[in-house]
Amino acid sequence: MGRGGARRRRERLRWSKLYSFACIRPSVLLDADAAAAAADSLGGPGFSRIVHCNQPRLHRKKPLKYPTNYISTTKYNILTFLPKALFEQFRRVANLYFLLAAILSLTPVTPFSAVSMIAPLAFVVGLSMAKEALEDWRRFMQDMKVNSRKVGVHKGDGQFGYKHWQKIRVGDVVKVEKDQFFPADLLLLSSSYEDGICYVETMNLDGETNLKVKRSLEITLQLDEDEAFRDFTATIRCEDPNPSLYTFVGNFEYERQVYALDPNQILLRDSKLRNTSYVYGVVIFTGHDSKVMQNATKSPSKRSRIERKMDKIIYILFTLLVLISLISSIGFALKTKYGMPHWWYLQPQNTTNLFDPSKSLISGIFHLVTALILYGYLIPISLYVSIEVVKVLQAMFINHDLLMYDEDTGNPAQARTSNLNEELGQVHTILSDKTGTLTCNQMDFLKCSIAGVSYGRGSSEVEIAAAKQIASEASGTADQNSNDPDLWENNRGDSGSLEIEIEGGITYSVEKAAKSKIKGFSFEDDRLMHGNWTKEPNAATIILFFRILALCQTAIPEFNEETGSFNYEAESPDEGAFLVAAREFGFEFCKRTQSSVFIRERYSSSEHPIEREFKILNLLEFSSKRKRMSVIVRDESGQILLLCKGADSIIFDRLSKNGRTYEAETSKHLNEYGEAGLRTLALAYRVLEESEYSAWNGEFFKAKTSIGSDRESHLERVSDLIERELILIGATAVEDKLQRGVPQCIDKLAQAGLKIWVLTGDKMETAINIGYACSLLRQGMKQICLSATNNDLLAQDAKKAGKESLLMQITNALQMVKLEKDPHAAFALIIDGKALTYALEEDMKDQFLSLAVNCASVICCRVSPKQKALVTRLVKEGTGKTTLAIGDGANDVGMIQEADIGVGISGVEGMQAVMASDFSISQFRFLERLLVVHGHWCYKRIAQMICYFFYKNIAFGLTIFYFEAYTGFSGQSVYDDWYMLLFNVVLTSLPVISLGVFEQDVSSEVCLQFPALYQQGPKNVFFDWYRIFGWMGNGLYSSLVIFFLTIGIIYDQSFRAGGQTADMAAVGTTMFTCIIWAVNVQIALTMSHFTWIQHVFVWGSIITWYLFLIAYGMSSPLISGNNYQILLEALGPAPIYWFVTLVVAAACNIPYLAHISFQRQWNPLDHHVIQEIKYYKKDVEDQNMWKRERSKARQETKIGFTARVDAKIRQLKGKLHRKAPSSTVQTST
Amino acid sequence: MSRASSGSGDSDAPRRDSKRPKYSRFTQQDLPACKPILTPRWVISAFTLVGIVFVPIGVALLLASNKVVEIIDRYDTECVPDNMANDKVAYVQNEGIDKTCTRILTVPKDMGRPIYVYYQLDNFYQNHRRYVRSQNDAQLRDAGKANYTSDCAPEKKTSDGSPIVPCGLIAWSLFNDTYSFVRGNENLAVNKKGISWKSDREHKFGKDVYPKNFQNGTLIGGGKLDPNKPLSEQEDLIVWMRTAALPTFRKLYGKIETDLKENDTITVTLENNYNAYSFSGKKKLVLSTTSWLGGKNDFLGFAYLSFGGLCFFLATAFTLAYMINPRKLEDPLSLSRTKNLLDH
Repeated sequence: MGRGGARRRRERLRWSKLYSFACIRPSVLLDADAAAAAADSLGGPGFSRIVHCNQPRLHRKKPLKYPTNYISTTKYNILTFLPKALFEQFRRVANLYFLLAAILSLTPVTPFSAVSMIAPLAFVVGLSMAKEALEDWRRFMQDMKVNSRKVGVHKGDGQFGYKHWQKIRVGDVVKVEKDQFFPADLLLLSSSYEDGICYVETMNLDGETNLKVKRSLEITLQLDEDEAFRDFTATIRCEDPNPSLYTFVGNFEYERQVYALDPNQILLRDSKLRNTSYVYGVVIFTGHDSKVMQNATKSPSKRSRIERKMDKIIYILFTLLVLISLISSIGFALKTKYGMPHWWYLQPQNTTNLFDPSKSLISGIFHLVTALILYGYLIPISLYVSIEVVKVLQAMFINHDLLMYDEDTGNPAQARTSNLNEELGQVHTILSDKTGTLTCNQMDFLKCSIAGVSYGRGSSEVEIAAAKQIASEASGTADQNSNDPDLWENNRGDSGSLEIEIEGGITYSVEKAAKSKIKGFSFEDDRLMHGNWTKEPNAATIILFFRILALCQTAIPEFNEETGSFNYEAESPDEGAFLVAAREFGFEFCKRTQSSVFIRERYSSSEHPIEREFKILNLLEFSSKRKRMSVIVRDESGQILLLCKGADSIIFDRLSKNGRTYEAETSKHLNEYGEAGLRTLALAYRVLEESEYSAWNGEFFKAKTSIGSDRESHLERVSDLIERELILIGATAVEDKLQRGVPQCIDKLAQAGLKIWVLTGDKMETAINIGYACSLLRQGMKQICLSATNNDLLAQDAKKAGKESLLMQITNALQMVKLEKDPHAAFALIIDGKALTYALEEDMKDQFLSLAVNCASVICCRVSPKQKALVTRLVKEGTGKTTLAIGDGANDVGMIQEADIGVGISGVEGMQAVMASDFSISQFRFLERLLVVHGHWCYKRIAQMICYFFYKNIAFGLTIFYFEAYTGFSGQSVYDDWYMLLFNVVLTSLPVISLGVFEQDVSSEVCLQFPALYQQGPKNVFFDWYRIFGWMGNGLYSSLVIFFLTIGIIYDQSFRAGGQTADMAAVGTTMFTCIIWAVNVQIALTMSHFTWIQHVFVWGSIITWYLFLIAYGMSSPLISGNNYQILLEALGPAPIYWFVTLVVAAACNIPYLAHISFQRQWNPLDHHVIQEIKYYKKDVEDQNMWKRERSKARQETKIGFTARVDAKIRQLKGKLHRKAPSSTVQTST
Repeated sequence: MSRASSGSGDSDAPRRDSKRPKYSRFTQQDLPACKPILTPRWVISAFTLVGIVFVPIGVALLLASNKVVEIIDRYDTECVPDNMANDKVAYVQNEGIDKTCTRILTVPKDMGRPIYVYYQLDNFYQNHRRYVRSQNDAQLRDAGKANYTSDCAPEKKTSDGSPIVPCGLIAWSLFNDTYSFVRGNENLAVNKKGISWKSDREHKFGKDVYPKNFQNGTLIGGGKLDPNKPLSEQEDLIVWMRTAALPTFRKLYGKIETDLKENDTITVTLENNYNAYSFSGKKKLVLSTTSWLGGKNDFLGFAYLSFGGLCFFLATAFTLAYMINPRKLEDPLSLSRTKNLLDH
């Protein structure tokens, strides 16, 4: 990013010296068997690929023509769009039904004109397809962005030039520069390092953030300049494209020699080059052949619960439709058979089959079709399209929400598919990735313990808040903010120092870190800063501590000309934080050569730094198994030191007798740090005698140069020999920096009643740390750790034994959970990947799930991407509740696709997660607003909208049915075709859309203040069968009232002073007017939030109806028929017309009004009460009550910050009771 | 999370953040809105108000309806000679029998002019799908479009293929009973002008369209038309062509422009031509005055009264229930109560 202009070319290092384990390895000679096996299979099926390096021309024609590097994730292309999209549309039962109806409307069976059937269908389907097209277009644009990235490609004669990714072909030699993505799967030829290694970040593939080392074949090492490729040719024979990320079989034919290739030489598309200036590589797999694309699964089309339920309702309506159609056609058949012969005015003797009394059965069957079309208004044709319009608009609101816009990355929230909006309001369990989602993968050096003294005053926010609350409770003053659920906002808002005096002299002071300018360093303690440490009693130990920080590492310094200091390129962010800390303390690591590390030491701020050289004799690398890392150095005085940092448990085991001076204090501090969610490491050293060292070094060298499968274990064993008898110096605490607002967000989500599972690829310790930092874990929570015992038995037995022991653990834990009586007790389940493999198996997953469901928090560590998806599926299918998966990396794709809702974190590099997701946000904290505000709203909007839709169509559709009874079931509608056409599409659609788009039961602030309101979604209060049938019943009642009141009033007598009687047009128009009024008044009663838009739509619809009537009446009588001039001449001047409208509209809505008034008054839901409080402005008048209510409106939760503060308060109160009142609340517990 | 920041945020927009959503109260879902809620006071006043409005309307409507005087006389059974009472269809279909019949009506109350004369048919499915469609608007309107007889089957064309004007079953089954009224010696003229909609006469039925080939076929339906009168003047037809919504319907026959006094006896001479016997339909003659509301219509008034009454009842019920079992409207306790309710 903003790194200084002229960058000095870094001198090359022989990394082999540093990477003692991995790098010295006789490279070409693979395991003989494996090589042979691979070689055998090459050329066979599945291994047929041949790549001519640097000769992409050869790949222009078959059989060597491989796909281009162009990728496309769109669903359609120009040719397939029409058929495919149409097919999609007519897969919906309702649409198919309307299509059939439209086709039949061209035959004489139809009760309506063809246009009145076809027009709405075309409109509805057209709109849906337009939406589909738009979404696909967006996908296309995103593809284009990727396809047009540029990379340097060999253009011949040793010249490299930039080309779009999509233009790259198999066989091209590309030059990828630092921090660029690899455009395709490449074979690494050489790198800027002499020994051909490079560092790769594979976050997009597997989510792991530590860098991986790839190394080229020795033979291609000299190809490290543009010029060298002038005449380079080689041939690769390898496997065919496959999705396996970690295997590769192939060989490389160069200068008539054949070398075996392994995954070490393969650079995968979408991983990123790090810490290496450039690499050269040959393209092997392009575009959709690349491993990452092969891994991409088709994103499943997800449908929300509400929509699935809606389908059921549609089926119910279809049943009703068939039922009344049957009644009609039976009625018709009977009437035709027995009545029609007498109806001479119909000329029964001259009829077609449709009305033939002598063939009444056939007529009846024909009539069934007619009736099915006629009563089609029961099925809301515009429902799907209205829902789609509503959802697109809702998605637009999500996309435009400024409060979900991230200023730092410049990314707004994005609803990538709009069909899950309402599902956001029904989430029950959140499954979250850790790195990049909860944390930002940045480490800050926060505290340390040296020689038994804890340094560093940055304190965890839990303690601050707990102290504050105690303070306010003790003093009894209603501190406006302190017992506010939003403790956070206040804490965050304050700056500088905050001092709280608690009764009895409990003093707690918080130094708010004045915004730390130094990345990776938030340490605040004057005792160590600015050279003050020299005045500390243990200055000698402190020096050693700092030296370990500066020396025990594998980073490379890089001089930054802007700041005049060094930046470090470290393998892990922890290490970077240590180096930065050492630099700040005055031990600046400034140079690394093959064998030495140079450190500029400055003992006080006035002094000039002294550059000291430490010879690195050995480097014992970190591995997850060893959990420690050591360097053996010789200092300037010639003393040999082993400096070691590692997990506390490991280090403590290896201490010498006299090295345990600080053990007690240090482990106490380690516990404190751990509980505050910090990552801890213990530091120790050992002085080695010259003789002892050289003896060991001999062994070590032997192990290093040994060949064979046991080399690693051999090395480990030898390392183990020297890493003993250590002397403990202290410990470090690094904060794995959480993303902004994560604990608060988790707190709010927990209060909203959501369960949060963390699924991480990290190791258990780290995961637990983060658990603490996010308040998913806390002191006093009972942790159930499940891990598979790692025994070295035979594979079969090991598995069986592992499973059995795990089953034991689970059963015991379940027992414990069930027997727990304390209501405040909380359990946390922590399970590692290996145990999870067993737990996810068919015979155990139910027990596992029931345990997990009973635990307040669940953390799964060391899980593979596939396991993430499996866990998600287990929760989704096992609990039957809505799950939401959130993650940022490609390793989360499986889980994102598997969950009911997938949320991707955008902003960080890598788009896989976002591309697979349904929603993308740029920060975890926006999830709160996405769910609690948008989810809640969308759920209620859609639920109410669908209910209303069914209501209105039943109310309308059934009147047509009733009328049939008066027409001898002949299939005549009392309404004009045009009215019916307009009913769904124009006259009632806009109000219902405005309900679906703009309705707010409570404002967004209130949603956030009362997270418990969210529970209305997961409990499905607004779309349960009770409510659905209630609405249907309302529709039935309305239809009865509308029909029978209207025909009762406008019967046979004259309806005007002028003596005219009403004909069918007049009756139909009057009835239709009543319907328009009734349903629009109904929706006005349903809404609780009226902006001008709702007013315009609702009342506008009614006005539109009258305007339409006037316009229709003015059109030629050939079009309007008997409705010619109906309003202006016939109905308008008739008072009875207006009186009917008034009484019918009122009668339809009185029961509903009475019902909702009753419910609100004597059976109110949360939002009713809150609305009332807001309405009367009680929240302003009586703030205490308001606050009390807000704290009450949380869901009982055992996780999250607030719960943790509560627990802390319980604990402190207990302490206060027990002890004398003068105790100091410190970072201790 | 302050709202102000989003408002003032536009000022620092010219950074790289082209993706920053534009602020508007619309996109932030923050438009000014009124949020009415149904407080008991609102509910009770709403119900009371509806009651207050509806009951007087109901009373007014009933009064209006009561002012209307209606004489209804069913004549289809009485006008059949006793000897043919068992075979009414044969009677009515027999061209040779004189169908004249006399009815005596007594005026129950003073009837101010105009007095509307209706015929009422029962059990006649003018709204049958086959029937309703059986006409052609274009043909009725335009003399040049006599051939437009689609939908008119089976009354489309004569057997020699020339189009029937007006075509279709509706016109073919035109009602053809006639009435004349005598009070004492005074002949009460029936004005048959202006019984149809003006727009129908002027725009739907052409002034130059004359009946052609009407009722010339083997099957004779109802009434005949004067071939020398344009359709726009055939008001009986125009009225008939406005199909009724229900199987029981009245249609305007004419107007008597004379006041009738209470206890006047009126002799009606009618021709009982129309065959309602086939489908056992009733035929009635109706004389009615109108009020501002139209004809006699008690149902509307009762509807208003009963729904107004219901509203009063609801208002009272709510008031009582509220007094007996009040929930302090914004009573904070209910929040947790509902929470439990939700939790179960």
